[in-house]
Amino acid sequence: MRNTFAETLYREAMENPDIYIVVADISPVGNMAKFSSEYPERFINVGVAEQSMIGICAGLALKGCQPFAYTIATFSLYRPFEMVRDDLCYQNLPVTVVGMGAGVIYSDHGGTHHAMEDIAIAGAIPNMQIVAPCDPAEVAEATRWCARQKNGPVYLRLGKSGEPDLTKDAEPWAFGKLRRLRQGGDVCILSYGVVAKTAIDLADRFAAAGKSAAVYCCHTVKPLDCDGIIELLKDHDHVIVIEENVPQGGLAAQTKQLAWDIQAHCRLDTFTLQDHFIHNFGRHPDMLAAHGLSLAAIAKRVGLD
Amino acid sequence: MTLPDNHFNTQLARGRCRRYRRRILDISQQVPALHIGSAYSCTEIVDCFYHGLMRHNADGSSPDTFLMSKGHGCMIQYVILEEYGVLSRADLDGYCTPRGRLGVHPDYGTPGIAAATGSLGHGLSMACGMALAERSRKVPGIIYAVLSDGEVQEGSTWEAVLMASSLGLDNIVAAVDNNDLQSLGRTSVTHRSFYPLADKFQAFGWEVAEVDGHDSAAIFTAVASRSGGGPFMLVAKTVKGKGVSYMENVPIWHYRSPNQDEYRRAIDELEMAP
Repeated sequence: MRNTFAETLYREAMENPDIYIVVADISPVGNMAKFSSEYPERFINVGVAEQSMIGICAGLALKGCQPFAYTIATFSLYRPFEMVRDDLCYQNLPVTVVGMGAGVIYSDHGGTHHAMEDIAIAGAIPNMQIVAPCDPAEVAEATRWCARQKNGPVYLRLGKSGEPDLTKDAEPWAFGKLRRLRQGGDVCILSYGVVAKTAIDLADRFAAAGKSAAVYCCHTVKPLDCDGIIELLKDHDHVIVIEENVPQGGLAAQTKQLAWDIQAHCRLDTFTLQDHFIHNFGRHPDMLAAHGLSLAAIAKRVGLD
Repeated sequence: MTLPDNHFNTQLARGRCRRYRRRILDISQQVPALHIGSAYSCTEIVDCFYHGLMRHNADGSSPDTFLMSKGHGCMIQYVILEEYGVLSRADLDGYCTPRGRLGVHPDYGTPGIAAATGSLGHGLSMACGMALAERSRKVPGIIYAVLSDGEVQEGSTWEAVLMASSLGLDNIVAAVDNNDLQSLGRTSVTHRSFYPLADKFQAFGWEVAEVDGHDSAAIFTAVASRSGGGPFMLVAKTVKGKGVSYMENVPIWHYRSPNQDEYRRAIDELEMAP
């Protein structure tokens, strides 16, 4: 995902001299090297100084530029939180805060590197928009959109590398709209971000059990496509949400709220990260499993033994 | 475009600063509290930036930017913007009222206000971003920023100090309103290692000048004669509440509004000052 981000941003920057990227001692590889060598004045490395990364982006945007802040998700959102809130969101500036390696992708790095509650935190700030693509192709769509939008700040939540393609047969990408990845009837699985791969795998398990499961990607977590989710709640007997975020403040919590609001009759199962820190190490799937987000655990809970 | 006056008229500056302090005093009678001491502390600095150093177009706009990083000192900026016609008398009359558009801290979207400040330690990073954007223009604007000495305690300020010089942002002119007075006492007592201040900025690659922050001529000369090539920091020794004896160096006047008797005494002092 990070390489696709770099490649897409480089292409956008070729066309738009107002695009800047401000990084905090960490940079996507690939075309980011071309970006920094061809446009050195628009590639700023603040070093390990994330507060200034956000403040500098704000200053650039106040002068009409279209900046991106880039580092590991915990450091792009948590460390400079007040700068994100005051400088970007309060002033409603079109700055994209890129959170790379979000969720528990930095599995073996420990909790300091896990952005478990970034969706809840970013989503709680007025004016903030959140886009969390599920595969590299969605990263390209989302990055292009971020580079051209003037609505206000965006938290662009990325994975890291090696994510499979999930959207080859999907509907076209549109900001703020649910995107159908797979058609189905009985069951509907809703997800976003890297963990959407688990949603696809779960749909395969349903198919093997003779049930047809639709899969939707909710890449725009804020503003949430409430109408789209309400439709899904009405049209399916069983809705499942899989989310790599804590139970509060994300897609699972908001889907439950919408279900209550419309007095939905469907069965609703939600799977999220746990509301506690887990001091496990290992790879990303190991960390997800420790939080109860393995395919096997989810399949069992939804009646697929 | 009117270029800054090479010979800054200190007599006129003194008259303006007296007028501004008086106007702030009048506004203080409309509200229970305003940061009067903080505004008086940086009156000469902000006046010199606006009237002596910033360039002005015929239509009143400026290629340069003023950023009140110590947002709570913005009363002085408001009254200067009122004189420039950027803000109206009605705007100032509506200060901190439901019908008004001016609050205790400068708000983005208000005419003449470059950025929303109020939380300390944000301004200098934003100034860096602005200066970077200006650098790509044919006539780069200069970013003038005023910081409080308290906000120099913020780590974020030092991140920006490091970046401004590393990026060679010669279009940043900042001032520290060094009144040595914070909510819980004298900075020189509570944070002995805070000083010497100028050395610290110098060590981070800034050009620095130390002046009496109430000496308009000294402020003007220090900034106008800077050698350039990097960011410039004016360490301005000031007195909180400057101009009204009972307010000077008394922490309560960080925020309080004078009562009627105090108001009259303050006016007398301002009128009698040389």
